[in-house]
Amino acid sequence: MTDRQDPGEILSAPLIIEYPFKRTTGPVIGAFLTGLRERVLVGSRAEDGRVLVPPAEFDPVSGEDLTELVEVGPQGVITTWAWVTQPHAKHPLDEPFAWVLVKLDGADTPMLGALAAPGIEAVSTGARVEPVWADEREGHIDDIAHWTLVDPEGGRA
Amino acid sequence: MPEIQLPASLRDVEPVRSVRTPAQLDYTFTAGDATSRFLRGITQKKIIGQQATPQSKVYVPPRGADPELGAATPIEVEVAQVGTVTSFCVVNLQFYGSGMEIPYTSALILLDGADLSIMHLIQEIPADQVRIGMRVEAVWRDDADIEPTLESIKWFRPTGEPDDVNVRIPGEKRGTGLGSWVGGVAPTELVVRNPRTGVGGTEADGGEG
Repeated sequence: MTDRQDPGEILSAPLIIEYPFKRTTGPVIGAFLTGLRERVLVGSRAEDGRVLVPPAEFDPVSGEDLTELVEVGPQGVITTWAWVTQPHAKHPLDEPFAWVLVKLDGADTPMLGALAAPGIEAVSTGARVEPVWADEREGHIDDIAHWTLVDPEGGRA
Repeated sequence: MPEIQLPASLRDVEPVRSVRTPAQLDYTFTAGDATSRFLRGITQKKIIGQQATPQSKVYVPPRGADPELGAATPIEVEVAQVGTVTSFCVVNLQFYGSGMEIPYTSALILLDGADLSIMHLIQEIPADQVRIGMRVEAVWRDDADIEPTLESIKWFRPTGEPDDVNVRIPGEKRGTGLGSWVGGVAPTELVVRNPRTGVGGTEADGGEG
């Protein structure tokens, strides 16, 4: 038996657990990601004629395969949003920004994005936005670096 | 698979077929009292376990409690730096984050004086010669590189002693060493009772039920 000594300061250390997953996409999500790489946004046409973005593999009502992909956007309107005052390390932007749901022109469902804006007062539901593409794209959601506001005349705000 | 109709802009480009989706979890691991004591022992090149009473099991590495007795383990016991391989796995695949040269062997090692196996590497012997019952000893880093981590033990290597043919995985009724094999035959499901199906073994084994 050893003498039981004071353990001193309790030890602690960084512990990073990382799973380097790589997933196969299938033809529908694959096409969406291919589009991002090519700076094209696509959705799938549902049986009732709605265009779903991002595209779905199955009709949300009937469950049947959806096979028709159509180009949408690239501009759209904000349907709802949340302002992030203090971005954390894993957020896509370092400065305060807005998570936005964007309904792209020609789409019937909104998709999520990060909107760079000068401040919370610059963001509003119904505002027009467009994607800012990453310089290097590989077929990944990060190929959209972020979204930006578009002024009513069509240029960037 | 259904035929997908692409818009014209995507018909003549190489399609994306896979996507990176890494998941990273950032923790600060706080060792707590028991493991801090263990790791401070490591910095003195001592392997220190804990037990609840002088007669009860010695847990290495200690977690501060005896899970069988439900009692705290205030007694510290230094265990040996030699032990016996109770189980092992030869790793033949390179995996993300591992700097090891394959093939290598990861083993459960029951240190003399301990009642719980620790997991560590076996080196200085070809992977295909590692066996249950093999006696091994700790190989430490250079003194200047000793830190409060189990990695201060680089690996375990064979001592050259005769195998402990009766070694048991702690808590198992049947041994795992060669000496416990029926007629020298490895313990397959024919000679060891499957606790789930009840198949195999003999009533004398008792099984779990």
